[in-house]
Amino acid sequence: MYKTADGKEIFVLDCHTHFWNGSPENQRNIHGKQFIDCFYAYHTGLSPKEQLWEKARFEKQTVEQVYQDLFIDGPDDMAIIQSTYLRDFYKEGFSSIERSTQLAQVHPGRFIVNGSFDPRDGEKALEYIHYMKETFDIKGVKMYTAEWHGESRGWKLTDPSAYKCFELCDKLGIRNIHVHKGPTIRPLSKDAFAVGDVDDAATDFQNLNWIIEHCGLPRLDDFCWIATQESNVYAGLAVALPFIHSRPRYFGEIISELLFWIGPDKILFGSDYAIWTPRWLVETFWNFQIPQDIAQERGVQLTDQIKEQILGLNAARLYDIDVAAKRAELAQSPIRFAAE
Amino acid sequence: MGLPQIRGAQAREVWRRLGAVTDPELDEPITDMGFVERLEVRRGEVEIAFRLPTYWCSPNFAFLMADGIRRAALAPAWVTGVRVQLMDHCYADRVNAAVNGEQSFDAVFAELSDGADLSELRETFREKAFLRRQEAVLRGLLAMGWDAAGITGLTLAGFDALNLADSPEAAAQKPRYREILLGEGLAILPQDPAFVTWGGDPLAAGELGDHLMRLRSIRINMEFNGALCRGLAAARYKEVDLSGDEPGLVDFILGRVPPRDRGTGPDCRT
Repeated sequence: MYKTADGKEIFVLDCHTHFWNGSPENQRNIHGKQFIDCFYAYHTGLSPKEQLWEKARFEKQTVEQVYQDLFIDGPDDMAIIQSTYLRDFYKEGFSSIERSTQLAQVHPGRFIVNGSFDPRDGEKALEYIHYMKETFDIKGVKMYTAEWHGESRGWKLTDPSAYKCFELCDKLGIRNIHVHKGPTIRPLSKDAFAVGDVDDAATDFQNLNWIIEHCGLPRLDDFCWIATQESNVYAGLAVALPFIHSRPRYFGEIISELLFWIGPDKILFGSDYAIWTPRWLVETFWNFQIPQDIAQERGVQLTDQIKEQILGLNAARLYDIDVAAKRAELAQSPIRFAAE
Repeated sequence: MGLPQIRGAQAREVWRRLGAVTDPELDEPITDMGFVERLEVRRGEVEIAFRLPTYWCSPNFAFLMADGIRRAALAPAWVTGVRVQLMDHCYADRVNAAVNGEQSFDAVFAELSDGADLSELRETFREKAFLRRQEAVLRGLLAMGWDAAGITGLTLAGFDALNLADSPEAAAQKPRYREILLGEGLAILPQDPAFVTWGGDPLAAGELGDHLMRLRSIRINMEFNGALCRGLAAARYKEVDLSGDEPGLVDFILGRVPPRDRGTGPDCRT
């Protein structure tokens, strides 16, 4: 929970976090090393200086550290952990559902652990979705359309094999599909991160919520256009938000576009932990005002009420969380770790 | 940003020409971005090594830059050969083989860019650069108090006579805007309108507001990569941040203190 200067308590649901293992022991090859190095460069490139971590801490976090960073030092009430495998790069996967579930079980009620699948696995992907539902009762999945897989350098949400998976998700009630559509600086094919396929998939699967992480940047205009047409497309702020520190005016332009096009009900906070930690992001966001000339040109405002929606209430709706009941539940079970 | 050592008049000439090669997505000279690691000239043979902010930078852009570097370096009459080396990139081998003529340029490019056509891609980024430069000049004029009618009424002659000293970004982009404007034939004669769309239509005063909104959305996309790239480049190259005082503890943690053997090889900074 974030407590404002005037004592108001804000419910924070951090929609995009990881419990990864990018350490050298888990790296399969040079690509695995370069992948975590690239994340580390994001961390060092956009964090405030006093928030920087040394490399080893960044590569792999302990259970205690995660709880500390998110819930004790950090203002998160709850966090969604996304699974990302990158099997061609990491021996046991980069961020696996089994490992994240172990983390979540230490303090039940704090985490929502999402799964992941790769439609290119065909029948096996469908079996795996059943497995994740039965074993972990997942409510959402994270899709990484630019993942390398043998010779393939990516896939599209509109691939027939992907549609079969989404049909199954719909049937099983796995309603929240988080899709990485972000920076071109990744293992890619540029096309694999283009946002056009979101349009068709969102139209064809109206029961599913499509949360576009990194709001499609650097294709914000395409994304906004699609998200405006499709009522079930949402914007995840991960990676966009850290610019609030180094380039606040630029962040002001991004959030203005989002507010203008898709409105305050469909924007979701995500820290992208462990690339960044939520405390400074939430504090800076709460105290942020869109520069007046930009706000005026677009005719938008970022009120406290809208900030509260973005920080938690919007996501709570998607994940059927009763905020008042959740607050009461969490108040009964404070997080404590023995002093080291 | 790290600059390579440039020795001799010939190397300086090549360096100057490399200033015209831009990162296609950022529209910034690769020499300003600090991408060029090494530039050597021996008996007419030019060797250039460059490195991008990450191992994962889009391969088709890496390819376009490698090609741009080669063309720029081949331009002086005294050059007998050029060798371009992309360092520390997931497709370095393929890009290097293609740009140095060991493999078919078009075939490798098509493979790395999902079949995109090289000239189409160039055109796309030329347009983005044009619009981004135009926005900088337009916003500079607005900040100086110009109104829409005054701006859209400007001719090429009027544009050339502008003094933008009060608006540094507009002043920096003015010659770069003009270069594309004339280079693409969008304005030719002194009385031609200075501000046109990429399709060549003059801007009308009534549509300037909408046009600027569109330019802003293009810039938001470009700046996202630009800001990220700069951050990543700084982290990858581990440069010392001299904006503060002495390097602090964090600089030592991050290895930001100057490497003693700087420049001796690609691994010395990783």
